[in-house]
Amino acid sequence: MTAERIVGIDLGTTNSLVAFMQGEKPVVIPGEDGSNLVPSVVALDENNQAIIGNRARKYLIETPDHAVYSIKRLMGRGIEDIEEELKLFPFRVAEDLHAGEVLRIKLGDKTSTPPEISALILRQLKRNAERYFGEAVSKAVITVPAYFNDAQRQATKDAGRIAGLDVLRLVNEPTAASLAYGLDKQQNGIVAVYDLGGGTFDISILKLHDGIFEVIATNGDTHLGGDDIDNLLITIALDDIRGDLGLDLRRNAEAVQAIRKAVIDAKIALSSQPSVKLDVELPQGKRYQREITREQFEQLIQPIIDRTVGPCRQALKDANLKPEQIEEVVLVGGSTRIPKVRALVKEMFRREPHIDLNPDEVVALGAAVQANILGGGSEATQNMLLLDVTPLSLGIEVAGGVTDKIILRNSTIPASAIQFYTTQVDGQANVAIHVLQGERELAKDCRSLARFDLKGIPPMAAGIPRVEVKFLIDANGILHVSAREQRSGKEAEIQVQPSYGLTDEQVESMILDSFDNAEEDFRRRQLIEARNEASTILAALEKGKKSPAWGQLTSDEKKQIAKMEKALNAVKAEEDYAAIRRAIEALNQGTMRLAELMMDSAVSSVLKGKNMDETDLGEGLIAPHPMAKAEFK
Amino acid sequence: MIKSTLTPISNKPLPDDTHACWSCGAMRAEHFCESCGKVQPPAPVDYFTFFGLQPKVNLDAAQLEEDFYQLSRKLHPDVSARASAREQEWSLEQSSMLNDAYRTLRDPIKRTQYLLRLEGVELEEQSKSATEEARTTGQVKKQIVPPGLLEEVFELNMQLEELRMQKKVGEDDLALIKEIGRQKLELEEKYESLLEELQKYWKEWDGLIDRGREAAADERAAVIKKMVDVLNRRNYIRNLVRDLTSALES
Repeated sequence: MTAERIVGIDLGTTNSLVAFMQGEKPVVIPGEDGSNLVPSVVALDENNQAIIGNRARKYLIETPDHAVYSIKRLMGRGIEDIEEELKLFPFRVAEDLHAGEVLRIKLGDKTSTPPEISALILRQLKRNAERYFGEAVSKAVITVPAYFNDAQRQATKDAGRIAGLDVLRLVNEPTAASLAYGLDKQQNGIVAVYDLGGGTFDISILKLHDGIFEVIATNGDTHLGGDDIDNLLITIALDDIRGDLGLDLRRNAEAVQAIRKAVIDAKIALSSQPSVKLDVELPQGKRYQREITREQFEQLIQPIIDRTVGPCRQALKDANLKPEQIEEVVLVGGSTRIPKVRALVKEMFRREPHIDLNPDEVVALGAAVQANILGGGSEATQNMLLLDVTPLSLGIEVAGGVTDKIILRNSTIPASAIQFYTTQVDGQANVAIHVLQGERELAKDCRSLARFDLKGIPPMAAGIPRVEVKFLIDANGILHVSAREQRSGKEAEIQVQPSYGLTDEQVESMILDSFDNAEEDFRRRQLIEARNEASTILAALEKGKKSPAWGQLTSDEKKQIAKMEKALNAVKAEEDYAAIRRAIEALNQGTMRLAELMMDSAVSSVLKGKNMDETDLGEGLIAPHPMAKAEFK
Repeated sequence: MIKSTLTPISNKPLPDDTHACWSCGAMRAEHFCESCGKVQPPAPVDYFTFFGLQPKVNLDAAQLEEDFYQLSRKLHPDVSARASAREQEWSLEQSSMLNDAYRTLRDPIKRTQYLLRLEGVELEEQSKSATEEARTTGQVKKQIVPPGLLEEVFELNMQLEELRMQKKVGEDDLALIKEIGRQKLELEEKYESLLEELQKYWKEWDGLIDRGREAAADERAAVIKKMVDVLNRRNYIRNLVRDLTSALES
């Protein structure tokens, strides 16, 4: 049985990556632009086509209402708990949203749920992998912040399904990082993973023991990360601009995005430089210029990074460990490049953190390791097993609005608990159960996961039925509930009303195109891509024919080209993508001299004093040669 | 909510009860088949039986951990990720039971409470239903004071009340704070010493298990009663210390 191709995906707040196990080593799969990181930005272009990643970034500034970033912050959340987010991020919530409904965000003229927007990013990663392998990819392991609750996990799984991916496992990000670390180091001991990313913070403490990665405790904050630093700097800049230049730009989305880009660049530069100069062009011909020293920057961000201390202390306490007992602290997430963050970690754990791993890539690499384990393992991973925990306690609401915890946080998953219910009135057929997640005493302070209605309890006197309800948290950290009436042996029917999630039917209807059939889809996309490429080369040829270079070709050469052009036109409309590819390749070869001649004339016109812009180079017949094949490594 | 009652351990089949593997037919299959390695359908057993242990309180913690790791390598859903849907279902059930069992057994107090539950004593349920009743009747949760603690607790509660009153009006009686702090320390010591007392009963219990069926039911009942008594006192002191800590810190 050949091992199935399962990829590992890090679906990040700021950047997303896809990786796989190449032999005994996990590697990141680059995108078409050669970059390992796919910015988690989704935009709609002029034709309402979804653009993802680096190419989508320019839309953030040019047409901010047609672009979305940091969508991960909204995954699995309701309208009532994103008030803070809406103040700081340019999310535009659909106007016709009702309370209790799944959040929808405006993107151009359309509205989409966060899982749908995340699915577009996942689909891009899926494509990158397919392009790399030259074959369809339909199975993935996706990472989530360890501190994600059930709804956020479910939303991530839904996103995968919408993107046409069979999500074999959700893995916690710090745990995934530990897999990559452990594969590298092959050492036993207690390790802490400090993961400060774009939008989330996690701390996980693990015991590594002969290939077993046992999470002892985890904690975090799903709304704490580099984004918060950016937003602070943006707020300061906007205040400065209002004070010094008398310009209120808070409602000017384009200007805010330009400032955002500038402060992010400054933040990154300050990790290696003692000071930076901010210089942003503003409307009305004004400029915002300011110098920030690292010292000032560190003072500003102190309150933000201090928020990581509480979760670290709690995790240590839950693990029943002292900081000195941690043998290594692994840093993950782009924000751990900030020297002040490293200093904080050093102070807290009283040791130099381990920084050998690329903090942007290690989570995706770990996801690839887990994908490999699920796929049957290889020599490098055959002994590896991940034992993760649930980050939050699971409870049910009991009399008086109190939470009765039935599975405590940091319990190894899968974990289960059984509760017994009975009726209070004679002949009562239904019992309502409210499931909660969180650490607080009162139900109203915990996260509502779902309301279940146990139905079809056989008619009996009050207190006689004995309904056994089993709560089971699976290896993804997602809750399953089943129920049985013990006296009649009847399976009680459970009706689930997820508090924040999509129903199965909704996810079904969102599944992008015909992605449930990955093979067919991949074949179709190859065909479309080949046709597009054919159109590009044919258009380029038309332009070439009008250029002076055309006249320099021999009549034989022209005849050859005409023949190949005809051949390509003939196969273009047909379904055989390989034939189209062959015809493109032939025409590509045949027009090589034409391209060279055009290049020469372009160069000579530059020499004559014209600049490149004035020289019509045709649809890119220069570099990159449009007929050049997509590279498959 | 109604109480769950479990069959006492003594009526259960012994852990070495064997059955055939569903897949390869080999004998000697418990959670997984020792011949072909496949996960087996879960059987409803208690946590001790799951680990192949006798229902004793003292156990080898290092061995338990090692067994947990070894069983995880066979039962975790990651291992059967490519198996049939049925096997994946069993694996999920089996590994959740393994994790639940390990979580309960590795902690000596939880282990004791579980053992008592198997013997039909519902410590948690007792306090839970008392709490719920208190809440529905609008009373503040009040635990019944274990007889041995009545005297000192009465005194301490008076002082605690005084401290709260003083805090309300913004006064700080240093002597009182010191006194309460001292008592808190004493209670913490008592809490620790109760563990020693409990350990004595653990030995007694394990001795009865070693004697097997010849140990009389009334002997077992007597040890159970003693363990329940210590645990109740311990819980009470723990709650009291928690109250003291929050009163002192507020």
